[in-house]
Amino acid sequence: MFAGENFITSKLDDAIGWCRKFSLFQYPFVTACCGMEYMATACSHYDVDRFGAGFPRFSPRQADVLFVVGTISHKMAPVLKRICDQMAEPKWIVAFGVCTCTGGFYDNYATVQGIDTIVPVDVYIPGCPPRPENVLDGLIKLQDRIQQQHGTGIRPVLTPEDRARERSFTV
Amino acid sequence: MNVPLLSDQIKSKFPDAVIAAHQYRGDDTVTIRPESIVRVAQTLRDDPAFQMNLLMDLTAVDYSKFAQEPQGKGGHINAGIALKQPSDIPDANPWPGPATQARFEVVYHFVSLPLKHRLRVKVPVEESKPEIDSISALWGGANWFEREVWDMFGIRFTGHPNLKRILMYAQFEGHPLRKDYPVTQRQPLIGPNN
Repeated sequence: MFAGENFITSKLDDAIGWCRKFSLFQYPFVTACCGMEYMATACSHYDVDRFGAGFPRFSPRQADVLFVVGTISHKMAPVLKRICDQMAEPKWIVAFGVCTCTGGFYDNYATVQGIDTIVPVDVYIPGCPPRPENVLDGLIKLQDRIQQQHGTGIRPVLTPEDRARERSFTV
Repeated sequence: MNVPLLSDQIKSKFPDAVIAAHQYRGDDTVTIRPESIVRVAQTLRDDPAFQMNLLMDLTAVDYSKFAQEPQGKGGHINAGIALKQPSDIPDANPWPGPATQARFEVVYHFVSLPLKHRLRVKVPVEESKPEIDSISALWGGANWFEREVWDMFGIRFTGHPNLKRILMYAQFEGHPLRKDYPVTQRQPLIGPNN
């Protein structure tokens, strides 16, 4: 069956999307207790490597996915913004846990009320902390989103209004 | 157990400095005048009868809305404030409440590791002049504690070598643990005011 010369036909976008979604280099931006659940997901029992996302790169310039894991304070916000800006396109951002989604129960002077107020977010994983199954579900949703994106790397989730809003933030 | 209470020993050594003293469930507390804190602290550290070699905690209390009903909608605006006067709480030996009408109290917890005793020292600080002498020259650990109290309550520690914010960022305005700082007030460095 595989003898001789073989070929398959596909759309270029589909092929690029398939390659991208199974080779996710992630940057774990871990600030709080959600990091435990992140580690549980990354270890062998749940094995995030099954989804091609098992390789954390601790440099934003070599990462595709930014996992924002844990509470972000206003003091930390410029750091997160800079890390996000340093990542090369195509890039995706995952809000891990309720603190990054909405601020969670930290409704106070110190905490950013959802990181989507400072950086664009592709997937929200709620939970305090989210269970590993929940994280894997979010990861699969991110893979679906990557598969659907155009091969040029332009993020369909960003509307022109989003881009204007992103540019309006200053550090 | 005929050892005199630590607060009584302080009273006999500094009769002019002590404002009040009380005991609550084995914890000994003495309230002293602000100008005598360095003197008393030096004695607590160096006197063989005290040997307080550990400053366990240094913090402050804002009594400006103490024992008042919460203001504002939702009822959570005054979260963390005692709603009852101490005398209304049934107890065989109730806490008499703050010793003065001053808005703030700076609270020191001293521990002696060799003698295994501890003492809480409270110092009233007026709102009109929120200043008190630093004890960071006596206990190195007081350095960051005093910076935290300055950051959160806006009480200045004169003689502190580096009195700047420790938890919040330099551009932050106000002192968030003061009871008149609104719970919902936000001061983001970047992004919209959320």
